[in-house]
Amino acid sequence: MTALQDRAGTKATDRTKAKKISPWLVVVAGAIIVVALTYTLPPFRTYQLATVGAYLCVTAGLTVLTGLNGQLSLGHGALMATGAYTLALWQNKFNLLPVGILVAVLVTTAVGAVIGLAAARLRGPYLAGLTLAVAVVVPSITSTFDETFNSDQGLSVMLNPPPESMTNEQWQAWLCWGGALVTVLVLALLTRGRFGRDMKAVRDDETAARLAGISVARTQVAAFVVSAACAGLAGALFAVIAQSVSPGAFPLTLSLFLLMAIVIGGLGRLSGALIGAVLLVALPAVAHEIGEAAGSQRLEGNLALTFFGVVLVVVMLAAPGGLASLRVPFTKSIPFKKKGH
Amino acid sequence: MKRTATVLAAVLLAAAGCSNSGGGGSSGSADTPGVTDTEIVVGTHMPLTGPAAAGYSKIAPATKAYFDYVNANGGVHGRKITYKIMDDGYNPANTQQVVRQLVLQDKVFAILNGLGTPTHSGVLDFLKTNRVPDLFVASGSRSWNQPDKYPGTFGFNPDYTVEGKILATHIKETYAGKKVCFLGQDDDFGRDSLAGVEKVLGPVAAKQSYVTSNPNVGPQIGALKAAGCQVVVLATVPGFTALSIGTAAKIGFKPQFVVSNVGSDPTTLAKTLGAAAPLLEGVVAANYLPLANDAANPWIELYTKVNKEYNSGAEMDNNVVYGMSVAYLFVQALQSAGKDLTRDGIIEAVQKGGFTGPGLVPVRYSADDHSGYAGEQLTTIEGGVAKYFGKAYRTDDGDGAVEVYEAAAVAPPANGIPAA
Repeated sequence: MTALQDRAGTKATDRTKAKKISPWLVVVAGAIIVVALTYTLPPFRTYQLATVGAYLCVTAGLTVLTGLNGQLSLGHGALMATGAYTLALWQNKFNLLPVGILVAVLVTTAVGAVIGLAAARLRGPYLAGLTLAVAVVVPSITSTFDETFNSDQGLSVMLNPPPESMTNEQWQAWLCWGGALVTVLVLALLTRGRFGRDMKAVRDDETAARLAGISVARTQVAAFVVSAACAGLAGALFAVIAQSVSPGAFPLTLSLFLLMAIVIGGLGRLSGALIGAVLLVALPAVAHEIGEAAGSQRLEGNLALTFFGVVLVVVMLAAPGGLASLRVPFTKSIPFKKKGH
Repeated sequence: MKRTATVLAAVLLAAAGCSNSGGGGSSGSADTPGVTDTEIVVGTHMPLTGPAAAGYSKIAPATKAYFDYVNANGGVHGRKITYKIMDDGYNPANTQQVVRQLVLQDKVFAILNGLGTPTHSGVLDFLKTNRVPDLFVASGSRSWNQPDKYPGTFGFNPDYTVEGKILATHIKETYAGKKVCFLGQDDDFGRDSLAGVEKVLGPVAAKQSYVTSNPNVGPQIGALKAAGCQVVVLATVPGFTALSIGTAAKIGFKPQFVVSNVGSDPTTLAKTLGAAAPLLEGVVAANYLPLANDAANPWIELYTKVNKEYNSGAEMDNNVVYGMSVAYLFVQALQSAGKDLTRDGIIEAVQKGGFTGPGLVPVRYSADDHSGYAGEQLTTIEGGVAKYFGKAYRTDDGDGAVEVYEAAAVAPPANGIPAA
């Protein structure tokens, strides 16, 4: 896996440097903006920014899997839960965060490999069915093994306080965006190279891909594993932000939301994954505002789902490629910095 | 990648734009968040939707109604109370989110009466880190009573172990020799309650648990029937009390049910059971506040009046009584904390204790005890109406004896608002 990644990475940067902005540049720019934001935003917005970062890890991985490799996963919420519970159990035993995050990613990668092996043998609705089952089974596992996972109440996560020079929210935002930017960088380098072409070839026509000498099963399993690792990282980051994990944080609707978010954002594009991550945080917040304005707090519990549905329908009608496919009429020569507005 | 860059830049700049408008929201009185000369902002998290919404969703509106009543009569030390109610759907993950919103964005002075054992357990550390008073948690978990670990957190309900001991004492006296079993929620609620029951009765014959995310208690009730249980103690939220009693009737299992206070409001249960409401006849539960159907009680008279004027005449039940009693206690604490209101001040005021109110037993607050009401009295349902029987008991969550508590009931002040 790593060999493949390195090779793909170097090749990709060599070949595409002339045409596209290097992912390294984007990531460095992103990091600068995030750090700047954490010093200007009020605490709650910083917390939301951190949440966007954590979501970006999983949506980026999912959009590569679904958009580039054509595998539909309804079970990424469960993979996030795997990462989150691993981190919680690790922290409560050893309280060593960096290693904990790494362990969470590794465990989720292993789980992803098992699901991926099964998934590579399944197509279309059957694959969706398998991953759906994985998502549904999370609460049952936590209540069956309640001595380890403490059922619906979940576990609290032991964390050391952040360094004194920064607030808790700033620290969370740095951590989450650190994870998110590394994820985006790795995925961008991976998908630009041979691995990305293999994935697309498998997605478009498996027989043709096989004739071209691509191992279909290996590509599919690899794609699933990469995507699972991203979900595991996201889960671990969520466990850190919330200082707790519970099955209620990873319901079936989360998996559906993730999928809707990347479709609305633009399937197969990392920019779409970013839009999706922002929507995952923004839409429930908007639903809350509306619920409050309407004078009924009971609305908001159900409004977010409706909202996502409506947005999905509207976006699919107006821009079938997702929001990221919308082209604002720029002239090509304007450098990207000015394109923000 | 170019597009990624564009989107990244656009999104982050938009977020930066938000910050400028959002940042100006904090008020001038920087010393105590949520308190100005004319207003006190407090927040709560409640299950207005989801598996525990039945009954519980009426609590916060009742609390708010009492605050509106106080506000209409001049407020507390000239300050009006604003009560921000957030729905968490009884999902611990949502609680994390909404409590952060209340504390970081809405800058509330305190969290009041946040409901639920699994939900509130997850925000204790967050509230402690931010030094937010966490008053009168709507649950009887023993976690709220840890003054050393969580100096700002106070319970309201009698803790579930106290309740378990009192219910078990009744079982021991009335159903001696019968096979006693237990069905509880699979969290601290169920565990604390079972601990109390077993402190008095010894090990129960059979114990089962349920999770709110799975609305089917068929297997559990079936197992209790198979074990030949004659008395079943339920540590359940109202929806699951109704479900358990209904499921038992469906499979022809008719034990004596003894129900935790938090899952026993007869109005909620009758509504959930619908045509099967007669199954509630004879169900034993416990309470520590005046019962909603006791129209002659001066507290119920007061609450009914407030309910009519400020809660658009919502149906009176024990949840409304509960919500208003919480509000009454909070106003007492505010009065006691004095005009110069600070976060430390209100915690000191609560620890000083000495509050008398609607409860049949006193609240226990002191510097080394942050648990709420000290005991309960048993109730039973006859002819569809709950009523008290026997005497009020008080005990502790340790090995202390369950003793009878007798003291004259306190009447509410004439204007219905506690004095300073």
